[in-house]
Amino acid sequence: MTAFGAAVSDGLTITRRNLIKVRRVPDLIVFATLSPIMFVLLFRYVFGGAIGGLPPGISYAEFLLPGIFAQTVVFGSTTTGASIAEDLQKGLIDRFRSLPMARSAVLVGRTVADLGLNAISIAVMALTGLVVGWRINSSFGEAVAGFLVLLVFAYAISWLMAVVGLLVRTPEVVNNASFIVIFPLTFVANTFVPLETFPPVLRTFAEWNPVSAVVQAARELFGNTVPGATVPDVWSLQNPVLYTVIWTALILAVFVPLSVRLYQRTSTR
Amino acid sequence: MTDAVVVEGLVKRFGTTTALDGVDLTVAEGSVLGLLGPNGAGKTTVVRILTTLLRADAGRAQVVGLDVVDDAGAVRSAIGLTGQYAAVDEYLTGFENLEMVGRLYRLGRREARARAGELLERFDLTGAADRPAKTYSGGMRRRLDIAASLIARPRVLFLDEPTTGLDPRSRLGMWEFIADLADGGTTILLTTQYLEEADRLADRMVVIDRGRVIARGTADELKAQVGGQRLELTLRDAADVGEAAHRLRPLAIDEPRLDESTRRLSLPVSGGTDDLAEALRLLAGSGVEVLDVGLRRPDLDDVFLTLTGHAAEDGSENEQAGDRTPVGAGEGAA
Repeated sequence: MTAFGAAVSDGLTITRRNLIKVRRVPDLIVFATLSPIMFVLLFRYVFGGAIGGLPPGISYAEFLLPGIFAQTVVFGSTTTGASIAEDLQKGLIDRFRSLPMARSAVLVGRTVADLGLNAISIAVMALTGLVVGWRINSSFGEAVAGFLVLLVFAYAISWLMAVVGLLVRTPEVVNNASFIVIFPLTFVANTFVPLETFPPVLRTFAEWNPVSAVVQAARELFGNTVPGATVPDVWSLQNPVLYTVIWTALILAVFVPLSVRLYQRTSTR
Repeated sequence: MTDAVVVEGLVKRFGTTTALDGVDLTVAEGSVLGLLGPNGAGKTTVVRILTTLLRADAGRAQVVGLDVVDDAGAVRSAIGLTGQYAAVDEYLTGFENLEMVGRLYRLGRREARARAGELLERFDLTGAADRPAKTYSGGMRRRLDIAASLIARPRVLFLDEPTTGLDPRSRLGMWEFIADLADGGTTILLTTQYLEEADRLADRMVVIDRGRVIARGTADELKAQVGGQRLELTLRDAADVGEAAHRLRPLAIDEPRLDESTRRLSLPVSGGTDDLAEALRLLAGSGVEVLDVGLRRPDLDDVFLTLTGHAAEDGSENEQAGDRTPVGAGEGAA
């Protein structure tokens, strides 16, 4: 077996291990899908009537869903950090590091399993969205691209969270720490409200926030925008797919090697 | 006989603390080495360096002739590690845990499964094979953990405190499993705080304290280092301990140990039962009231106390309590 083949095989072995846990602890998947459903319903019906400034001809449900998708998958990726911290705490990482397996396998297996969970979350949310009035108004290919943009960006965030998990080492702390970062990142964006309503400084941040670009890209790919509606005149939002791809590539280029390196050096005590 | 493990001048610092301060040791192929020491002595650090989890700051370590840094990958293929925590995935069943580890050791699927079945049987876990490890007792988890480290038939097995935290019955069971493995020819490096455990399982022992080797040899050799028998007395009145020590001084071949808090006195002697009779004669009519007196052959507790000036289990569990507890550390130090 080549080194690459072996690494893929080890990564799959670990992915399988992580997915078995999802099967054994169904609560995980139940809550992972319940909270996005709750978010969809809350925003659609509680805030939906109050949020203005939408381009004419677009319903809040159509505006909202791509935002909820993005927020949920980015939050979903924080699982990666907490799970790795948990494995560290329980001594499992030590065992894995003493085995002749690929050094990347634990991280690959973790991030791939979390990608799978995110895909399930999106599917559930999309179905809920369809019930409350969200529609895909684009071609099949564009819709698939829309889901891919969301998942690939979230996958990159998973690697960032892997680094956090390896550094912080306590699942609870990883969760709290990531909340502090992920909440502003997903709220100070065009996720739930149009950027026009933001005060200037916040607005500039939101315009260049990669989460805004992900949301904008998803809206365009699902056809949840009105032709001719104004998009803020900044490069990031005029080219949301490209901007998202650049961020994704950048995050992966930095955090994949960094996390593998940290993994090699980390140990329980 | 060749050495399966060779460690030379190992040094490891964590910040300003020196965890290992020049440790040398060897483990002969097919033998069991007991690495003994109190909490924080550096036992686990040695194991972590040998199992490629940690890099030493200085010195050299080889396992089956391979350098643990330069040939780390090959070393990992040749070893099995059972750490202090039962490192099993609690959501996987016993069988799934073993199969996964087998696959990660690069066994084929069929072989990994066959080995998993064999080992579950050997470690009395067949009945629990399809239950998530979460439902296992502490002893069962530990057995599963050891089974996992054996899946690829390692040439050298590292067991880091394999019985810490187990109840006495599970501990006895674990000792039997380890003894079986040793009989089967596996080279084992075992760390423990329990002298009794090392006495039972290890062919040779290395005693470390504060990152340095302070003694090595077989159990008998170590016991010989602390001398022969000891005469031990428990008195009714703590105030008499000094007086008794004074009266019995002619019998002692070395400094007696006194402990007023437990009203005990312990003297190294060489005359066997004659000394026992003589002791009672010397104390007769002195007004010193003796509650208990006996001759005792030294055990590893004595070795430890003599070598380090403190008991092996200082500050940790005190399982070997009762009349085996060594006399208080402060006064008796050699």
